[in-house]
Amino acid sequence: MTNEIDYTRMGLKVGLEVHQQLETQTKLFCSCKPELFKEEPEITFLRRLRPTQSELGQIDPAAYFEFQKGVKILYEADRQTACLVEMDEEPPHPLNMEAVEIALTVALMMKATPVDEIHVMRKTVIDGSNTTGFQRTCIIALNGSIKVGEKTVPIQHISLEEDAARKTGEEDTTLRYRIDRLGIPLIEVATAPVINTPKEAGEVALAIGKILRATQRVKRGLGTIRQDLNISINGGALTEIKGVQELELIPLVVEYEVQRQLNLMKISEELRKAGASPETIKEEFFNVTEVFRQTVCKVIRKALEKGQLVLAVKLPKFGGFLKRELMPGIRLGTEMADRAKFWGRVGGIFHTDELPAYGITNHEVEALKKAVDAQEQDAVVFVANAPENAQDALRAVLERAKEAIKGVPEETRAANPDGTTRYMRPRPGAARMYPETDIPPIQVTEELINSIRKRLPELPEQMFERLTREYALNQKLAKQLMDSEYTELFETIAKESKVSPTTIAVFLTETMKALKRDGIPIEKVSETKIREIFKALGTGEITKEALPDMVAWLSKNEEKTVKEAVESLGLKTLTKGELGKIIDDIIAKNKDLIEKSGAKAFGIVMGMVMKEVRGRANAETVSELIKQKLVEKA
Amino acid sequence: MSENGELAGYKGLALEVLQNIGAEIGDFIRVIKGGQVFEGILIPRSEYGDDKHVVIKLRSGYNIGVRLTPDAKVERVGRGEKPAFVAPPLPEQNPALPKVSIISTGGTIASRVDYRTGAVRPALTASDLYSVVPELADIARIDAQILFSLYSENITPAHWAEMAKTVAEKIAEGVDGVVIAHGTDTMGYSAAALSFALQNLPVPVIFVGSQRSADRPSSDAATNLTGAVLAAAKAPFAEVAVAMHETISDTAIVLHRGTKVRKCHTSRRDAFKSVNAKPLAKIVEKRVVMLAEDYKRRDPSRKLVVKPNFSGKVALIKFYPGMDPAIIDWHVDNGYKAIVLEGTGLGHVSNRLFQPIKRAIEKGVVVAMASQCIWGRVNMNVYDTGRDLLALGVTPLEDMLAETATVKLMWIFGQTDNPEEAKQLLKTNIAGEFSQRTLHEEMREDIKQ
Repeated sequence: MTNEIDYTRMGLKVGLEVHQQLETQTKLFCSCKPELFKEEPEITFLRRLRPTQSELGQIDPAAYFEFQKGVKILYEADRQTACLVEMDEEPPHPLNMEAVEIALTVALMMKATPVDEIHVMRKTVIDGSNTTGFQRTCIIALNGSIKVGEKTVPIQHISLEEDAARKTGEEDTTLRYRIDRLGIPLIEVATAPVINTPKEAGEVALAIGKILRATQRVKRGLGTIRQDLNISINGGALTEIKGVQELELIPLVVEYEVQRQLNLMKISEELRKAGASPETIKEEFFNVTEVFRQTVCKVIRKALEKGQLVLAVKLPKFGGFLKRELMPGIRLGTEMADRAKFWGRVGGIFHTDELPAYGITNHEVEALKKAVDAQEQDAVVFVANAPENAQDALRAVLERAKEAIKGVPEETRAANPDGTTRYMRPRPGAARMYPETDIPPIQVTEELINSIRKRLPELPEQMFERLTREYALNQKLAKQLMDSEYTELFETIAKESKVSPTTIAVFLTETMKALKRDGIPIEKVSETKIREIFKALGTGEITKEALPDMVAWLSKNEEKTVKEAVESLGLKTLTKGELGKIIDDIIAKNKDLIEKSGAKAFGIVMGMVMKEVRGRANAETVSELIKQKLVEKA
Repeated sequence: MSENGELAGYKGLALEVLQNIGAEIGDFIRVIKGGQVFEGILIPRSEYGDDKHVVIKLRSGYNIGVRLTPDAKVERVGRGEKPAFVAPPLPEQNPALPKVSIISTGGTIASRVDYRTGAVRPALTASDLYSVVPELADIARIDAQILFSLYSENITPAHWAEMAKTVAEKIAEGVDGVVIAHGTDTMGYSAAALSFALQNLPVPVIFVGSQRSADRPSSDAATNLTGAVLAAAKAPFAEVAVAMHETISDTAIVLHRGTKVRKCHTSRRDAFKSVNAKPLAKIVEKRVVMLAEDYKRRDPSRKLVVKPNFSGKVALIKFYPGMDPAIIDWHVDNGYKAIVLEGTGLGHVSNRLFQPIKRAIEKGVVVAMASQCIWGRVNMNVYDTGRDLLALGVTPLEDMLAETATVKLMWIFGQTDNPEEAKQLLKTNIAGEFSQRTLHEEMREDIKQ
């Protein structure tokens, strides 16, 4: 599909914001460990966040709505990863200079200009992910650029910010957040909106990721890097997509968003042609509880048992449009449901485009249509819930319907793991930032910049040159290695073991990729263990052929050691004596066959022996021994 | 922060440069240097910053400091728009609701942020308060007054007198309760002071503050304020109390008796604790739940007695190992009328201090003993040192807080100059400052959810 679409003509513009956790000793504004915990929390506390008023009397409407609904946040903490600073019970400590230095390192690698004085800001965020109600963030450098292929991509700014708390649950009006992640230093690299194709978005993200990793001071693994995308096309709208965790997903997210906007534009045109207009959409709710009094639909029955009602609204001329797919699995109806869930706190909506289904009969649908006086070309949306929630939900549906007539709404969406996205909240107005007065400004001195400049890490292209020269890796392998997460590990192993660099690189790229493809959770095998495996290979304790089995076994037995893996798998390299005995046995058993085969005998024996000793003996040794034995026998 | 038109915080070189181009805070300015262009809104500078940087807010909303190097060119690009905030009109007041008067002494209990320059402006008038904390309109009819705008460490006994008189005026006007917004650092002292100065109260007087500034979404200010207003409007007691968070959660507001409360943490929301006493009451789900069995009931017909005078000649001295006895002598020689000693343990100081204490008491200075342990009761009959100090004429203060004792003696010497009469008053329980029994649960665990 990618090739069929002319993205340039469509006016596709993508800007990237890459957020990457830094590997530091402590968090950004306190001395807590920048780690997550899996156990039950030691401390919990309940808070509410109140939208603050600005001087102009404005309050973010979505934020105020949440507050009015009585949304509470239950925070979870333990003593290792949180202190009073994360709990918003103590002012922040001074900015972590280790993090500043890493950010400055990245800034200089991207040819950006460090600011003379760093001012920490408070960016208002009241979804509960920050105990304070704002995220602390500061610009470290401006106006950089990176080369991606032939193109120069401007980097607007490089900033440092605190990571947010992570959501662990939601019950009714109580959100649960864990504050272990809150305060982990994040670097943010923001590009100008100059990316014109989905493929290019992926390439730029990869290039930024490579530079970040080249500092060797960023965290690794899932959840440590998150990309936000700003996407727009001509005639569409600016969509902000938050939290794409996997690099490989970026081109798909862009493709899907373009698809979604094109489909919405088409729907808007057709709706207008069909005679739909914002004026004909009326806020008129019908209590249709009686229609469903005898229903077998479980969701509705449950609501009715709780004494709730079924409320319906008519969408004139919308018949058939709600089931129109915008991107895989996401229909216009899904978008309406997302809005209803957000504004009305309902589990979902029903609409006539998908009925009869869910236990709702054709008869009930007919009665429903009659009750709201819907014609053939109209759609009816209904909700079973408490009156107030149901009204809020349907109001949100009406709002979305009006937007569908107009075209593409500006909104902030969250990325799903399959590359599609879902409604998150309306796009916030101008950035609501004000100074963090508890932290004095930090001057970035010439001295500091010069000392960082002196020990600047290699840029990816410099590293590529060195990998091919120093380790004699071929270009393809060097490139693959740099695309992997293992460059650093590669060099460590190459220096400490006697294994050939090419063998190490092939394993860390192709073998690991193949294992991952086979569903082996390779991330569970620590770097220390991989190093031990290669040490064993270097001393001849195990063979090259044993490597995949070792990794697979260790990934399933996280607590076990490399030694235990060798023993348990019986992968210990055979001694020459043991090997000789096996070869002798095979030759003896197949004496006739060998005599008959003449010159082909070697190949036959080799095959038989290897089948028996794979992973326990080196093929070269086997071949040598067989040749020797055959000569002896003859 | 800055007022319009000033170059707040700027001095020296930076001030000169900005004045030369006629820039004001909020204007759009441009700095060109080293081939880079920085453009944005001119932001006030911290008074403690140097004079070599100007602070600008970029279009992205971020602030940065730009150093004024010799090659830097600074231009004013345009005038900034001045924020024109018009407070919304007062909401319709429900005549059925109680009347509560809010007196502001400093410390911001409500504020709004000017995102343009970062300035935080306090909301002080009634309509301002309603617009920032709209829930107040459902609890009471509010009347708001600014008495002072002081950091609480700058409040003196003279300010306590002013507060007492102002509260008396409001009560005379017939309000159902009074709320006093106060900085938290010395709020405990002020609450004790008003407990002694306002006797025979008909309605509650509630002090309230916040531990997190009101400009942040997580501030405890609004919850504490609504709790205080609710208590003033509806609580069944008529005493001076402090309303603050009970725990670090936003679930309950606790009301501490004014003479038994102390700030026990530098930064937590639940910094205020009732010491050697149960709190008076707490507010859960918009209801006042009484916790103390013994309290003075609300009775609007009761006649308030105002005794607003305080003496400044009272000292609170914390004993420490090696303390110079001359410190006591200095206070005596400088006309002090009373000294509260914060002794060790059950109420002790080194025997090196015995001589100056003896001299002080002979000269008519009241010397009283509280404990620096904070929790527990002074008992000077257990060890020799205690018995010796009693023999010298030191007055033990039972389970009274050292801070409350100091305030009480200031108030006492505002009423009398007679040391004997003063000692009598000191030993009399006037506003719940003593209790007869020290109960087990009263030393509270620090972290309790």
